[in-house]
Order: sequence, then C-alpha cells, then structure tokens
Amino acid sequence: MSPVLLPDLPWEALLILLPLTGAAAGALWPPAARAIGLLTTAGGLLLLAGLGTAVADAQTLRHAVGGWGAPLGIELRADALSLVFLTATALVGLGVAVYADSYFERSQARGFWPLWLFLLGALNALFLSADLFNLYVTLELMGLAAVALTAFSGGRAALSGAMRYLLATLLGSLVYLLGVALLYHATGTLDFSLLTQRLEAGPAARTALGLMGAGLALKTALFPFHFWLPPAHSSAPAPVSALLSALVVKASFYILVRLWLELFAPLSGLEGAGTGEVLGWLGMAAILWGSWQALRQPRVKLLVAYSTVAQIGYLFLAFPLLTAAGLPDPAAWRAVLWLVLAHALAKAAMFLAAGNLLRFGGHDRIPDLDCVAQRLPLTVAAFALAGISIAGLPPTGGFIGKWLLLEAALLQGRWDLVAVMLLGGLLAAGYVFKVVGHFFTPAAAGHAARPVPAAMEWTALTLAILALLLGLAPAWLLPWLDLAVGPGPAEAVP
Amino acid sequence: MSAAGFYALAGVALVVLGLYGLAVQAHLLRKLLAVNILGSGVFLVLVGLGGPADAGPDPVPHAMVITGIVVAVSATALGLVLMLKLTTTSGRPTLEDDAPREGPEA
Repeated sequence: MSPVLLPDLPWEALLILLPLTGAAAGALWPPAARAIGLLTTAGGLLLLAGLGTAVADAQTLRHAVGGWGAPLGIELRADALSLVFLTATALVGLGVAVYADSYFERSQARGFWPLWLFLLGALNALFLSADLFNLYVTLELMGLAAVALTAFSGGRAALSGAMRYLLATLLGSLVYLLGVALLYHATGTLDFSLLTQRLEAGPAARTALGLMGAGLALKTALFPFHFWLPPAHSSAPAPVSALLSALVVKASFYILVRLWLELFAPLSGLEGAGTGEVLGWLGMAAILWGSWQALRQPRVKLLVAYSTVAQIGYLFLAFPLLTAAGLPDPAAWRAVLWLVLAHALAKAAMFLAAGNLLRFGGHDRIPDLDCVAQRLPLTVAAFALAGISIAGLPPTGGFIGKWLLLEAALLQGRWDLVAVMLLGGLLAAGYVFKVVGHFFTPAAAGHAARPVPAAMEWTALTLAILALLLGLAPAWLLPWLDLAVGPGPAEAVP
Repeated sequence: MSAAGFYALAGVALVVLGLYGLAVQAHLLRKLLAVNILGSGVFLVLVGLGGPADAGPDPVPHAMVITGIVVAVSATALGLVLMLKLTTTSGRPTLEDDAPREGPEA
C-alpha cells in the first residue's frame, strides 16, 4: 500500500462505526434517513477497498479498539477470510439499498434505513471480531435487526415468521454462549489467537464444539434446524429477504468456519472427523430435502427460500473433507468460500427479481405468472441468470464453486458427496426452470399489472450479472481464497 | 461439590427447564419467558464456572453476563412488541395454525 495514496486509517473500526453512526443519525432525523442510508452503504464499499489494500499488504490486520487490546479490551481482526464475507456484504448491501430506495413507500423507507444500517454495522463487526464473546454480541445485534426487518411489513405472515425467527435465533445464540462459557472455563481467554495456543483436546473442548456447532447450525438453518427459515424469508419484504438469505445466514456460518478451521480441527485432528461427518450428512440431507421442497412450492418466494435451505447444505459438505493428516482440506474450503460469494450474489438477485414479479402482478403464484417474459424482460433475465448460477451450470460463479467442491470430493473418493451434489444440481435446475417456464406462458386469468421502477429491475440484473462474472474471474479471485483458507490451519499445528 | 460446581449445575438445570418450556408452551409470552429462563441458566453457568479454577477471582465473566443481560432485555422487548402486534393481527397469542407453510398465499 502506498502511504501517499491512502492514509493509514483504522479501516476495521471505521467499517463498524460508519453504519452504526448512520443508523443512529437516520433514526433521529428521519427526513434524511434515505440520503444517509444510501451514502453510508456506498461509503462502506470505499472503506472496504481501503481495508482490502491494507490486508493485501499485511495479510492480517489487528486493531485494539480504544487502545485496549486483548485480553481485557476488544480486538478487531481483518484477514482474507473476513474480507471474503465483507465483500459479499458490501456488494449485496449496495445492490439491495438501491433497490429498496425504489421499493419502499416514503413512510416505510424511514423505518427501513436505520434498521438496515444497524444490520450492516452488526455484519461488519461480526466479520471483524477476534473474540468469542464479541461474536456473541454481534450475532445478537444482527439477529435483532434482522427480526425487526422481517416483521417490517406488519402483515400476519410476516409477524409470525419474524416471531418464529426471533425464538430460533435467541435459542441459537444462547446455546452458542453456553459453549463459550465452557471454553472460557477451560482456557481463561476469549481471544482466538490465545485460544489456539491454550485449548487442549478433551471433554470440555468436545462439549463446547457440540454446543457452539448446534447453536450456529440453528442460526444458519442447517437441516433439520431450517424450520424457521422459509416462513421468515418468504414473508419479509423482497429487499429484506435478499439480505436475510444472502448475508445473515452466512454470518453464523462464518463463525462456524472460523471455529472449525482455527480452533477445533487442528486441535483434535482425526478425532474431530466425527463432528465433520455429522455436519456433512446434515448438509447432504439439506441439499436433498431443500431442493425437493423447492420443487413443490407453488409460490416464487417460498421456492427461493427453500432453495436457500438446499444451497446452505453445499456449504457444509467441506466439513467431512479432511487431508491425510486429519486437517481441513484447503481445496474444499476454497470451494465453499467461492460458493458463499456466488450464492450471496445469485440469491439476492433471485429474491429481488421475485419482488419485481410480486410488485408487477400483485402475487407470486408460479402457475399464474402471465407472460412476464415479454413484459419484464430484465427481471426475467435476472432470475434466469441467477438461477443458472444456483443450479451450478457454466459459466457462472456457482458452477466454479461446485466444480471445485466436486473436485475436492472426488480426490478423496467421497462418492456419496459427489452423488448428492450432482442430484442437487439436477433438482436445482428443475426448480429454476419450473419458474422460468411459466414466465413465457399466459395465465388462465389475466390481471392488472403495476409498473415496476427501472431501478428495481436493473439492480436485480446487476447482481445476477455479478454472479455470472464471478465465474469468469477464477484467476483473479483464487489467490485470495487460498490466502483465506490455505496457510491458516497448517500454521496452527504444533 | 464446590460452590462453583453447584451453581453451574443449577444453571444447566435452568437451561433444560427453559428448553422444555420453549418446546412445550404454546403461548408466546410463556415462550419468551422460557427463553429468559434459558438465558439466566447460561449466565449462571458463565459466572458459576468462571475462569480456570486456579486463577482466582475473575471480572471477565461478570462483564459478559452484564452485557448478556442487556442483550436479553432488548430481545425480550422486541419479542413482546412482536407478540402484541401478532395478537392484534391474528387474534391469538400463539404461533399455531399459521397460514399453511406449503400452501398457497393467503
């Protein structure tokens, strides 16, 4: 990094402070909420660019908030792994913010912006946290903002979906916190780097892994803990559904990845393989069950929500893949990070496109979609492109991710994973083309159509095109992902 | 048994009680109370176990529990508002008999 071009700012702290300040300002001064919301979201992308150059320079950045470092103070950490999730958040966030600006009525928008900025601040803080308790606080902050956003439209389905979501998310965080209590008792620290030095294999570590894994799996909606996801994600307003499916479920997954790669897998070696296997089985069940349910849904938003349940399953397939030494397989984790990016972009595009269909026809019943291909060509293109990425067809980001994961599974002779991945791809193509097919047919009963603002169509399409471009950029992105998963676990081996 | 171990076990008992209530009770107020009992159990485990046994008094678990209580209060407030809104919209303070999850849009 050239010190002349970029001053040496505490990027991590700014990435958290800016959205939180914006949220408070927007809540206190509603007339300016829209301007503050859009500017803050865009400003986050600039801060992220600054952080990116700094991380490219130093690999791992640490920042002690207020000059108080670990173990007493709060320490922030940024490395390539956090950068992957922060990038997904910034890109999807900007797209959804532009979309939401046209989507919400003026009176509704005043409530949306502060909540979205709180969510953005919580997500950024979560991806930058370096200690277990700070992760709990950011998880709760994120959960509360996400529940409030879900209930935002105030309808009965939205309220009951939000309530179910609130209870699930609180239960998940508290179970996680119970695991934190055990780890603190065993090691006397909450800081990740100190934990890697002090934690020893044993009953305490195993129980903590079980509790934290269960809590985070509940929050990530891993099968069979997915019960809260479809009602919440399908009844929320479209921009909120996009945020929930693309980003919020990824946040708890990020914590699980951190714990697994840095703490538990190096610690127990082959001993931890049992937990990895269980997570892998649940992932396989999620793929099959979620895809099958998606295929059966009569409404676009429910279909997309069940597709999220299935796609989350893919993320868990890397857990059973271990190297010969019993360590996590870097190739598989690289694939999973790729899938995280691809799914975030494509799923956001799909939910935004579904929101356009809902706005246009006043409903999202799949059989009653009335020749939308001629009337909303951009939305239809966005849905189809994003769907191709979700189904893992070339040349999209989803294809590269699934290809890398397939390769890692093949190299280890895990034919069960390979078979489920292929079957899941077929089912995904099935549910995507079920919707796309109805785009072209006239409905039995015609209906009034409301105009869809151009900004809403273009943001959906832009996110879908980004998911497509991701498939054309492996050479540029792979070194980053290697940095995120490659040396980390190997270093931690004593 | 040490006093710390006793408190931790009592915490675990509260957690189990909270889990049971959350699963069995239908009324949303009772569900929210169950989450609070579960949370108190977790906090009791945190303070009861504390840091490593030989390290002496340790303020960190107390700081964690205070933060946790603040989080629990905010979450309960949000839950109560949701419950009230849901009761006025649907007429019942429960989650049962929602619009069928796999059915067509109401």
